[in-house]
Amino acid sequence: MSSVRVLVGTRKGGFVLTSDATRDRWSVSGPFFGGWEIYHMKGSPVDPNRLYASQSSGWFGQVIQRSDDGGQTWEPAGNQFAYDGVPGTHQWYDGTPHPWEFKRVWHLEPSLTDPDVIYAGVEDAALFRSTDGAKTWHELPGLREHGSGSKWAPGAGGMCLHTILIDPTNANRMYVAISSAGAFRTDDGGKSWKAITKGLHSQYIPDPTAEVGHCVHRIGMHRSRPNVLFMQKHWDVLRSDNAGDLWTEVSGNLPTDFGFVIDVHAHEPETIYVVPIKSDSEHYPPDGKLRVYRSRTGGNEWEPLSKGLPQENCYVNVLRDAMSVDSLDPCGIYFGTTGGQVYGSADGGDSWTAIVRDLPAVVSVEVQSLL
Amino acid sequence: MIRVTLPQHLQTLARVGAEVEVDVPGAVTQRALLDALESRYPMLRGTIRDQTTFKRRAFVRFYACEEDLSHDSPDTPLPDPVARGVEPFLIIGALAGG
Repeated sequence: MSSVRVLVGTRKGGFVLTSDATRDRWSVSGPFFGGWEIYHMKGSPVDPNRLYASQSSGWFGQVIQRSDDGGQTWEPAGNQFAYDGVPGTHQWYDGTPHPWEFKRVWHLEPSLTDPDVIYAGVEDAALFRSTDGAKTWHELPGLREHGSGSKWAPGAGGMCLHTILIDPTNANRMYVAISSAGAFRTDDGGKSWKAITKGLHSQYIPDPTAEVGHCVHRIGMHRSRPNVLFMQKHWDVLRSDNAGDLWTEVSGNLPTDFGFVIDVHAHEPETIYVVPIKSDSEHYPPDGKLRVYRSRTGGNEWEPLSKGLPQENCYVNVLRDAMSVDSLDPCGIYFGTTGGQVYGSADGGDSWTAIVRDLPAVVSVEVQSLL
Repeated sequence: MIRVTLPQHLQTLARVGAEVEVDVPGAVTQRALLDALESRYPMLRGTIRDQTTFKRRAFVRFYACEEDLSHDSPDTPLPDPVARGVEPFLIIGALAGG
C-alpha cells in the first residue's frame, strides 16, 4: 500500500509527518535539528529515501543535512557556498549598491534523474549545484551574471532565490524565481538565462513593466505540461502558456490577489490552488478566515475552500514554500502556516483537517508519495 | 589538550557534550585552536568562522579566563591557563533577540 511523507521545515526545526494512503491518521516525528531554522527539506524523486535539508541560524550560518534512510538519521553535508569570482553588487533597499553576500539556502531541488545531483537557491540570490550528493557546491554563475544583477534588490524577506523548477521533458530547461528580481529561464542547462517577465506589472517599481524588479513569490508547474506556468506574484496571480515568454493575469474573482503560495493538482493540470492574503502590509487571510482558493479552469474563476479550516479569528500567513501536493488519487493538498498548523486535504481541497496544530512557524512543506 | 566549550546548537551539530578537548600542535592561538577543532569536527566548518575569509561570524563570541577575546587577532597566543588546559576556551552564541 502506498503512503505519504510530509517534510515540514519550521523556524525551530524540521518535522516528518507520515500516513498511509488513507491520509486520515498521521504520525509526527521531530523536531530534527531543534532550534535551527529549517528553510526547506526535499526528497529525491529517484530515491525517495534520499532527503536533503537546509538548516540555518543567524548565529552559526548554513548547514546542509542529508538522510539516506527517509529521515530516520541525518548526516551534515557540505556547506560551503562560494560565489564564482568576485560577485559584485546588487541594489540595497535604499537603492545604493550593496555587495553580494551569502546568507542561507532557501530552496533545495533534487534532480529528477540523479539522486546525487541537487540544486540550491540561495540568498543573496544565486543558483548552486552539487553533483556529489551535497558534499560540494558550485555556483551556476550565468544567472547572477545575467547582466541585470546590479539592479536586483531584496524583498522584505531578503534577496532570495526561492523557486527552482526542472522541466521533466527537457534536461536543459529550468526556471527560477527571485524576490525581488523576477523570473528567469535557462535553455542550456544553466549556462545562460533569460528574464521571463513580459506581461508582469508591478506598481512598486519605477517602471511597472521593467524586465527585472518584480517580486515573484512562487511559480507552479504540472509535470505533464512544463510550458504552462502559474505564478503568485507579490500582487497578481498569472499564467503563461509559452514557458514564461508572456504572462497573463488570472486573478479573476479572488478576494485579494496578494499571496505567497501557488500549486497545481497532481492529476488535473488546469486545477490550481492559492491562499489569498489580505495585503502586502497585512500578512493574514482576509476577514480572519483561512481559505484556500481553487480554480479548475487554470485561473480567473476561483472557488473558496473552507471546510475544516478556521473561519474566524485566523491571522496566520502561508509562506511561499509551504504548499505541496501528493500524487495519490484523489490528490492530497497540504500547507503549513506561520501559526504552526499543517493542514491536509485528501480530496483535492474539498475538506481539510489539521494534521498537526502547534509546530513552530512553518516555512516549507514538501510531500513525498511513496509506493 | 585544550578544553573548548561549545554552545548548545553546535553541540547538537557535532553530537558532543558541552565541552570537548582538542590537541593543538605548536603555539596555542585562536586560529590554531579553531583549525584543530574543525579538523576534529568537520561539521563545524563555517559555523564559527567563515570558511573562506576565516573571519569570526558576527554573533559568535570567544571568552576565556573572564576576558572577551572576540576581537583579538587570531594569531595572538591564548591565555596561559587555556594553553595548559586548566581553563576552557568558550565559544558563545551572542545574546541577541528576546
